[in-house]
Amino acid sequence: MEFFKAENINKNFSGFQALTDVTISIEKGQVFGLLGPNGAGKTTLIRIINQITAPDTGRVFIEGRPLRASDIYNIGYLPEERGLYKKMKVGEQALYLARLKGLDRHTALKRLKYWFKRFEIQDWWDKKLMELSKGMQQKIQFICTILHEPKLLIFDEPFSGFDPINTQILKEEILNLREKGATIIFSTHNMSSVEEICDHIALIHKSKKILDGNIFDVKNQYKPNIFDVVYKGNFTDIPRVLGNAYEIITHNENDRVNEMTIKHLNGANNSDLLMKIAPSVEIVSFNERIPSMNEVFINVVENHA
Amino acid sequence: MNKTFIIFKREYLTRVKKKSFLLLTILTPLLFGALMFLPAYLATRENKEAHKVAVVDRSTIFLGNLKDSKSTVFEFIPAEKYETVKNDIKNSGYYALLEIPGNILITNKVMAYSHKQISIDVKQHIDNQLEQKLEEQKRAELVARIGVPDLEEQMNKTKTRISVETIKMTDSGTGKKGSTEIAMGVGYAAGFLIYIFVFMYGSMVMRGVLEEKQNRIVEVIISSAKPVQLMMGKILGLAAVGLTQFLIWVMLMSGIFVGAKAMFIDDNTMQQMAQSQTQSLMSVQNNQAMEMFENGDPNEFEKIVEKIEGINFPQIILSFLIYFILGYLLYSSLMAAVASAVDSEEDMNQFMLPITIPLIASIIMLMNVIKNPEGALAIWGSYIPFTSPIIMLVRLPFGVPWWELLISITVLALSAYGAIWIAAKIYRTGILMYGKKPTWKELGKWLRYRN
Repeated sequence: MEFFKAENINKNFSGFQALTDVTISIEKGQVFGLLGPNGAGKTTLIRIINQITAPDTGRVFIEGRPLRASDIYNIGYLPEERGLYKKMKVGEQALYLARLKGLDRHTALKRLKYWFKRFEIQDWWDKKLMELSKGMQQKIQFICTILHEPKLLIFDEPFSGFDPINTQILKEEILNLREKGATIIFSTHNMSSVEEICDHIALIHKSKKILDGNIFDVKNQYKPNIFDVVYKGNFTDIPRVLGNAYEIITHNENDRVNEMTIKHLNGANNSDLLMKIAPSVEIVSFNERIPSMNEVFINVVENHA
Repeated sequence: MNKTFIIFKREYLTRVKKKSFLLLTILTPLLFGALMFLPAYLATRENKEAHKVAVVDRSTIFLGNLKDSKSTVFEFIPAEKYETVKNDIKNSGYYALLEIPGNILITNKVMAYSHKQISIDVKQHIDNQLEQKLEEQKRAELVARIGVPDLEEQMNKTKTRISVETIKMTDSGTGKKGSTEIAMGVGYAAGFLIYIFVFMYGSMVMRGVLEEKQNRIVEVIISSAKPVQLMMGKILGLAAVGLTQFLIWVMLMSGIFVGAKAMFIDDNTMQQMAQSQTQSLMSVQNNQAMEMFENGDPNEFEKIVEKIEGINFPQIILSFLIYFILGYLLYSSLMAAVASAVDSEEDMNQFMLPITIPLIASIIMLMNVIKNPEGALAIWGSYIPFTSPIIMLVRLPFGVPWWELLISITVLALSAYGAIWIAAKIYRTGILMYGKKPTWKELGKWLRYRN
């Protein structure tokens, strides 16, 4: 079911084109990765979703109806450039932001107690924010983002400033929120975390969307058709059986292991390669190279200059 | 609950709950009192050591005839010692050397040598003494020549001193005792207070906006509330802080006034204190005020109380509140806009200057307005919205027709509204702009942005 849609969004800041005809569609319960190099237009798109700025043209829908002002209660936003009042006490501050998100005092307090307990940070309540480390401050900010239990969560670089342990905790919490039914937009430059938690990605480059799809489809689309094969037996026949459709990139033999790397030039299926080489050698392992999101990202952006 | 109100509440409470707020609010009037009292106090305790002035009188008119004062002691020395003293005044033990030439009656000129620049007290005393003695001598010669025996006394009797009792007539025809000096003092104090309040709370708004921008909390908040709500919540919250402070002061002051009135009325010893306080309070132009006390009428303090009560304080306080709020809205919204557009304090100061110039100009105008509260400068200054909060307050104690007040307030209110409208437009774009210092032209462009 489609939960969110931004349709043909254009935005221009006095001569600078920030978004050109961008359309994204997000299913309910999805973790949607919004990727792109710095300055591509991601933050502008996020601000449009948050109604901080309005698009020049294009429309935004949530649950099938146009976005309206009261939808800020349905959205939780953790901006990349984040901060809180340094001299204000942590608890007071969290309460203030919760009230701004429309929670009444009682509910806000109850939920804050729950989250502070869950993160084991109850004794921070009366501390001033500036007494906390950066990672601790980020945790507070995370709580403030999700406290009003929004249906749509937007995380812009949520893991920056966290140590690996806290990153793990946070990842689990994000996936947890998805389990509970939240839809999540996740914007980051950290591609390994994209692979870990995103279902779907869109890549924006120079104000245009240049890639969109399920994470597996995207990776498959950009696979180089290269296979790593470890084998036993005699290599001599291999070039002949492979013929013109394949290129042997590397070939190594030593006392312990024989390896070769083969590129499939016109993209026929994998079993074709297996069937061709199986009669000649004994196959120990057979592995197709699937690109990481990092490689896809670089590949797509560089070839789109 | 309304977002603006939530923001308002935070701005108000975080500041009012601070210990420093309470401390400053109570200490400032005391400090001001001390500041007024201290110069008067110090003046009475000026260094008692008199300066010795050596006098060489070649005219022989003054020999032994110059009176000493608290600050100056004359010592006549023979003409032979003139050179020695003049060449080494520093070690001669004299503060200065006064040389009166033989032909003083013609030249009217004397020389005073000293190592350090002669203080104004000493110079004035020398002036006075010499003039007085010369005049006496000339007059005596004249009297002798004309030959009317008691001419001297007759002349003295012509000296007159007038005291003008000012009565302000109300529209109903009843008179109220007024005092020009007290009206001036009150006008000056009210105008200056407005200036300080607008400046102080305006810059608080400015720093608050910049802090939110530098902290990057602004993006978190405006994904929950509209930028204009954030801006207005802050501006109104701080206005409330200012009003709280003002009301505490009014209560403190009237408490002190009532207390002083109850305790000191008819108490002669208090006159001295009242005198020195009033002197410094009206240091603007205090000669007449001082004279009022000099004749030592035991009921002077009572009269002052009566005159202070003759001023329409409810009107002044009410107008103060109106002009503070409107003037503050006008200035602080522009300051908020400027703060939202820049990243750093340095850039902010550059944009601040054009905004604060009218505010500072009104303080410069204040002196002239106080001397002539019906003049063209005063009238125009109290209509122009950027100066009216201060100038009108200065004029008020002298009495201002209600329709002038109405025009002035209306113009100011409309301008404040316009300033807020402009500020809101700049603000919502400015707070999300980082990294580059905008130009005035760009600020103008932001006004036309759709969102």
